[in-house]
Amino acid sequence: MFATLRNWIDERFNWADLTAPLRKKTVPAHDLSYWYFLGGITLFLFGIQVCTGILLLLYYRPSANEAFESVQYIMTRVQFGWLVRSIHSWAANLMIFTAFCHMFSVLFLGAYRKPRELTWITGMLLLFLAMGFGFSGYLLPWNTLAFFATKVGTEITGQVPLIGHGLKVFLRGGEDVTGATLTRFFGFHVALLPGLTTLLLLTHIALVQYFGMSVPPAVEARWKASPSEARQMKFFPNFFLRELMAWYIALGVLGALAAILPWELGAKADPFAPAPAGIRPEWYFMFMFQTLKKIPAKVWFADGDVLGILVFGVAGVIWLLLPFFDQAGGRRGRRLVLGAGIFALSYIIAMTIYAYMAK
Amino acid sequence: MHTWLNDGFLRSSILLLTIVCVCAGGVRAQAPSTCLDCHAALDPPLQVTQAQFSQDIHAQQGLTCASCHGGDPTKADMDAMSKAAGFLGKIQRKQIPELCGHCHSDGAFMRKYNPSLRTDQLTQYKTSVHGKRLLQGDTKVAVCIDCHGVHDLRPASDPRSKISPLNVAQTCSRCHSDAKYMQGYGIPTDQYANYNLSVHHEAMTVRGDLSAPTCPTCHGNHGAAPPGIDSVKNVCANCHVFQAQMYDKSTHKVAFQSAGLPGCVVCHSNHGISLPTDAKLGTGPEAVCMRCHKPGDICDQARAKMLQDLTQLDGAVKAADRILAIAESSGMEVSEARTEQDQARDSLTKARVTIHSFKTELVEQDIQAGLQIAAKTQAEGQAALAERDRRRRGLGLSLVIILAVLLGLRLYIRQIESNASKVETAELHR
Repeated sequence: MFATLRNWIDERFNWADLTAPLRKKTVPAHDLSYWYFLGGITLFLFGIQVCTGILLLLYYRPSANEAFESVQYIMTRVQFGWLVRSIHSWAANLMIFTAFCHMFSVLFLGAYRKPRELTWITGMLLLFLAMGFGFSGYLLPWNTLAFFATKVGTEITGQVPLIGHGLKVFLRGGEDVTGATLTRFFGFHVALLPGLTTLLLLTHIALVQYFGMSVPPAVEARWKASPSEARQMKFFPNFFLRELMAWYIALGVLGALAAILPWELGAKADPFAPAPAGIRPEWYFMFMFQTLKKIPAKVWFADGDVLGILVFGVAGVIWLLLPFFDQAGGRRGRRLVLGAGIFALSYIIAMTIYAYMAK
Repeated sequence: MHTWLNDGFLRSSILLLTIVCVCAGGVRAQAPSTCLDCHAALDPPLQVTQAQFSQDIHAQQGLTCASCHGGDPTKADMDAMSKAAGFLGKIQRKQIPELCGHCHSDGAFMRKYNPSLRTDQLTQYKTSVHGKRLLQGDTKVAVCIDCHGVHDLRPASDPRSKISPLNVAQTCSRCHSDAKYMQGYGIPTDQYANYNLSVHHEAMTVRGDLSAPTCPTCHGNHGAAPPGIDSVKNVCANCHVFQAQMYDKSTHKVAFQSAGLPGCVVCHSNHGISLPTDAKLGTGPEAVCMRCHKPGDICDQARAKMLQDLTQLDGAVKAADRILAIAESSGMEVSEARTEQDQARDSLTKARVTIHSFKTELVEQDIQAGLQIAAKTQAEGQAALAERDRRRRGLGLSLVIILAVLLGLRLYIRQIESNASKVETAELHR
């Protein structure tokens, strides 16, 4: 059957020409090649998000009166609804985790260097969008924890100097978190963010294809000294099949998490109820949340929260432009970027652990 | 009472005339007051500081010392307290209710300050044990200032007030728990100690329910008196409406009335009411039925049946709770069953209320309704656990398939790389 299909395509489009780029494409083969899988795993999880998201859309109702009940219906009445919702929630978290791992692997293996600056920037923007997906999706089940976490989260954006209040009102669809916020977040989650992500993702993948996989500086130096050691692996089928194995492992982990620890729904949000104890954002925002919590109300003459947001904002912009700092600073710049990477990773891990221990 | 009227008639008339003049002068007029200049520096009980008086609701509404004590606070030194200035000095205890009542019984006057405030306090007070005894010349009894305070008088809504729901029992206890002070009145002094152990006190202080009963809820405030035997049920029925309706249908109502027993109090006591448990229907130390009934009689049989029913439903609800908790901790979504469980719990509560009718068939109806719901939620819990096990089996199967695919892929990669290597070697040899 496959041969018949291939012949049918071949007669019309020339199969050999179509698959030529795939057959020609190679991937550097060395001790650190397995780090290349992270981008692919993130892409695979994004694909799962799209598929499960579409399935959830068939039943989900984005209004304050119906959102919680519709998710409850999905989890209890819809055939395999529990699995779809659990996988959607777990895959979202795993995707952000693998995206973070991918970012740090790119940083530590020097894959952001010239000529791949734009690949880094599009990747970083994709990570920000993924966090936006997480933030907007967190509210959609309209449960107590999500409601109050969104309240706190949007309140923090209100602290941004000059545009803060406008931004808060824009995000909330008013002065407070209401059904209007839910509808708005739903719009961001299923239309705006997917649209932007698709554009950036295609650009990112196109850039990866154009420049090929980066060889880590240490390996590059070794291969330069001894060219016979340089190895390449065919992308198709050798690398692709290995990537497929990584996807299967991710699928296994995802299935196990969804079946053993189904994503809980909690209690329906009550805007008039007092905020419960233990309000917290998703884990990937915890390092920022904990930092803002620990900053004193006044630092010299500045408001502590505003200062914290400004610092994170500036750090985000610097992080986005990291490849240019590396390039401008030469060898010293490279060391500086590595140092910043180690500091950022340690800080994120330490503050996240601290946030969960201190709650 | 006649003696008081005769002795005090002239003085009362002067007092009232003075107050009327002061009030007519406009109580809101903030004339400069010299009273506190001296009284702040005096020792108690004559001491009144600015800090203290500024907290007083009357001072906040513009009343001055002269509003109650007369005199002319605009004058310096002793001229302010001269008889010519209408100074009354310390108000006698027996005159206090009339003094307060002069304004507080005047609906038109009080409306200017607080239209929702009642103006029947003095009338009520005169019907109270305190008021009646005061008229008889007993000045040890409570008058307005004993409960409300003086010079720093706060409204009941202020948590610092002596009459706020949280504080009023303690205010009553200042006299009523003082055995020496209460000597001669022939009433117990353990009410406050018992109340502190009661479910009502717990509701007030632990659960923070300010609507929970405290002394005035049952005894009245200005008209404070012990509720009579016949009215005890009516007092409790203000909150426990359904229990009272059931009790009205019961044979106990007539039996208690004819025996001169005070309704609810017979089984539940009064000040030290503890949380009622099903054990009250039993035969153990907490049991109340067997204080009057004989073992084996028809009432004892009804008691045993009702206890058995309650125990059965209680057990069924708890068993369903347990299984739902297990399902929930396994990550299963059982919130709908949890909501249904609330209905089963409601049936149990309703059955416990229906007990007050002492009719087994009525209790049975509530029990059966609860048992049906509990059986349904139990089944839902079991179904959730079965579903959890199915999911885990499905996961196990999926993991086996995934492992098999991984193994297959690994072998396939090895095979194609081995073939490619052979081709390369063959090409080299060629």
